[in-house]
Amino acid sequence: MFDALADRFDGIFKRLRGRGRLSDKDVDEVAREIRVALLEADVNVTVVKSFINRVKERARGAEVAKSLSPAQQVIKIVHEELVTTLGGETGKLAMSSKPPTVVMLAGLQGSGKTTAAGKLARHLVADGRKPLLVAADLQRPAAVEQLRVLGQRIDVPVFSEPTDPVKVARAALKEADRTGRNVVILDTAGRLQIDDELMGELRRIRAKVEPDDTLLVVDAMTGQEAVNVAEAFDEAVGLDGVILTKIDGDARGGAALSVKEVVGKPILFAGTGEKLDDFEPFHPDRMASRILGMGDMLTLIEKAEAAFDEEEAAKAEKKLRKGQFTLEDFLDQMQQVRKMGPLQNLVGMMPGLPKEARDAELDESQLGRIEAIIRSMTPEERRNPTVINGSRRLRIARGSGTSTQDVNGMLKQFKMVQQMMRSVAKGKMPRLPVPGR
Amino acid sequence: MSPTLAAVLLIGIFVLAAALIWLGLGLSRRAQRLEEAPPPPEPAEPGGDVAAPPGPPRLRDRMGKTRAALSRSLGALTGRRTIDDEAWDSIEEALLVADVGVTTTSRLLDELRARAATARVDDPEQLVTLLRQEIVDDLSGIDRSLHHAPDGPTVWLFVGVNGTGKTTTIAKLAQREIEGGHAALMAAADTFRAAAADQLTHWAERVGADVVRGQEGADPGSVVFDAVDAAGGRGAGVVLVDTAGRMHTKVNLMEELKKIRRIAERTPGAPQEVLLVIDSTTGQNGLAQARQFAEAVGVTGVVLTKLDGTAKGGVVLAIEVDLGIPVKLIGVGEAAEDLVPFDPAEFAAALFA
Repeated sequence: MFDALADRFDGIFKRLRGRGRLSDKDVDEVAREIRVALLEADVNVTVVKSFINRVKERARGAEVAKSLSPAQQVIKIVHEELVTTLGGETGKLAMSSKPPTVVMLAGLQGSGKTTAAGKLARHLVADGRKPLLVAADLQRPAAVEQLRVLGQRIDVPVFSEPTDPVKVARAALKEADRTGRNVVILDTAGRLQIDDELMGELRRIRAKVEPDDTLLVVDAMTGQEAVNVAEAFDEAVGLDGVILTKIDGDARGGAALSVKEVVGKPILFAGTGEKLDDFEPFHPDRMASRILGMGDMLTLIEKAEAAFDEEEAAKAEKKLRKGQFTLEDFLDQMQQVRKMGPLQNLVGMMPGLPKEARDAELDESQLGRIEAIIRSMTPEERRNPTVINGSRRLRIARGSGTSTQDVNGMLKQFKMVQQMMRSVAKGKMPRLPVPGR
Repeated sequence: MSPTLAAVLLIGIFVLAAALIWLGLGLSRRAQRLEEAPPPPEPAEPGGDVAAPPGPPRLRDRMGKTRAALSRSLGALTGRRTIDDEAWDSIEEALLVADVGVTTTSRLLDELRARAATARVDDPEQLVTLLRQEIVDDLSGIDRSLHHAPDGPTVWLFVGVNGTGKTTTIAKLAQREIEGGHAALMAAADTFRAAAADQLTHWAERVGADVVRGQEGADPGSVVFDAVDAAGGRGAGVVLVDTAGRMHTKVNLMEELKKIRRIAERTPGAPQEVLLVIDSTTGQNGLAQARQFAEAVGVTGVVLTKLDGTAKGGVVLAIEVDLGIPVKLIGVGEAAEDLVPFDPAEFAAALFA
């Protein structure tokens, strides 16, 4: 998500760079282009208006005029305004001092509430908590069943009973007390639209169980309607935060920008993929950096720390410093990197990657072929690929189910990787080849 | 982990990831070249056409809230004597709020300016009438019927991203078909989502359709194969294939969908329809969805669901005009009769009532 928006901003700012002074006309033009970029990204019309006005006002003000590089200053302003719009500081789930903490999830049908409930439970387990999933959606056929299956997969108990949602919620609190679960996650029913019946039900549940956190689940692909939905839910039941789902597509995330601005509630989490651990806390400042093509090194570092253990990291560092980098190391590293999540997500966080690399559609199964090729080599071949002659090549191709051309291409490109690694070891930032051909 | 260590590592990862992309791409491009281009979508079978089931025109009643919302944004127009910048601004805003999108909005406005000049319109409210006509013109003269096979089983595939209402749409259409005297068979080819097959089975029981399902995690292609086979054995009818919701950006999942289509194609003429289900709250991403699904499996029509809320689904305008994919059905409520044929005039009226 946000990549397309990042590309637009990149194009706009490119033309600004190197300009000595910005006239009012320049500022107007930039503002107009940012407006179109934001509207195309589904940012709410009203939010766009006020965003543009704030940027314009500041860009015409003293901070830009006095600056040595006005363009940089404008980018800085847009970045700051984006961070403000996205919610400033990273929000946190409020935890009750008296367990169980009750988290109620609400949202329209199809926004991904039930999946979000499962992912949140898993996230809390990883945090050392003991959640209880509660199926209070008794409307949708098979909703309870869906939550049960999710609960089984992540080994979290699921509670439900065929009464009514309010009774289920109350009984769930007792169940949590009885079984020693300290966070109760309520999955409530969605509707096709915002209606009084739905809001009434949520209000009744809220009155009975007094949730510590009432979270709205919003689909990242939502258009202008996102604001209406957020306003309606906030008015009816009072929201504490938002979970943004399905951000792994190519939606430009306008909903994310709009919701916080309009209801003033932070986005706490984002669903980033199909798997149950594709779920992350939402960091407004990092998101803003990604939108402006500045990458998201902080998240990348965190992911690296989680995936690499200290010893392996030290080993890798040593090899890197010596400039020894064999196919075996390549295989090791590849596996470590893949532990950090889908490659496409990692690529999105890297600053300064060429646009082609960011846009490239990554088929992870292709990485499996690379792995197969390397695994079909003998240890000697992996350490010293120069020994690979015609018959070895054929054997490797057969062993990995690829062709000799594939093996050749792999080896040729690995050589370039080695060169890049060497220049890294010498402390230089390597020039990255544009992928393709 | 020490900071220097982290830095060195990160650069390593950085280079590595770039290398991996590069290697991966090289291989996948080779693979692409080797594979044959996918066959173009089958043209509709002549002779077996049946109009989309008629329904009571309830869109306008159901869109009462929409109207209220729109008249709010167009409120600036009423009582205004002349067409000034502000009048144009509020028309633009109304279109943008309806999710029509920047590009389509500016195209509509440019044409509206021309039309208004020719017709010598000077009343802002007349502008809205002209705009409505413009939208109807954009959307007219298009075949919106659902096609049946002249003999043998008819196969309709339902595709879309997660949570748009594919399963519910299938249930409603199955009920329609059954009431129209066709046997309906639902194929639970969503073997990914927990309890998806249960949900479909539940609906099948409710509307009196047959259902074919596989194990959770089973190959969806095999479910489709079994379903078409079963329908053939029982003497025709309509096979409604429920596929797993998938992000249009996921290459492997789109490949899986292509495979499902290829299996359906083993029956000559099938699939007669590939219907993309889009949630009307979807913004401009709807266009990207339509483009990707059309490229992968040749979408024949759009079903716009959840139009009974305040969302207007304006993105279908671009989908139809830019991509040439007709909107065939709209969902305006939870009952089976709330799935109705798309009517351009009503759609335009609902946008600017």
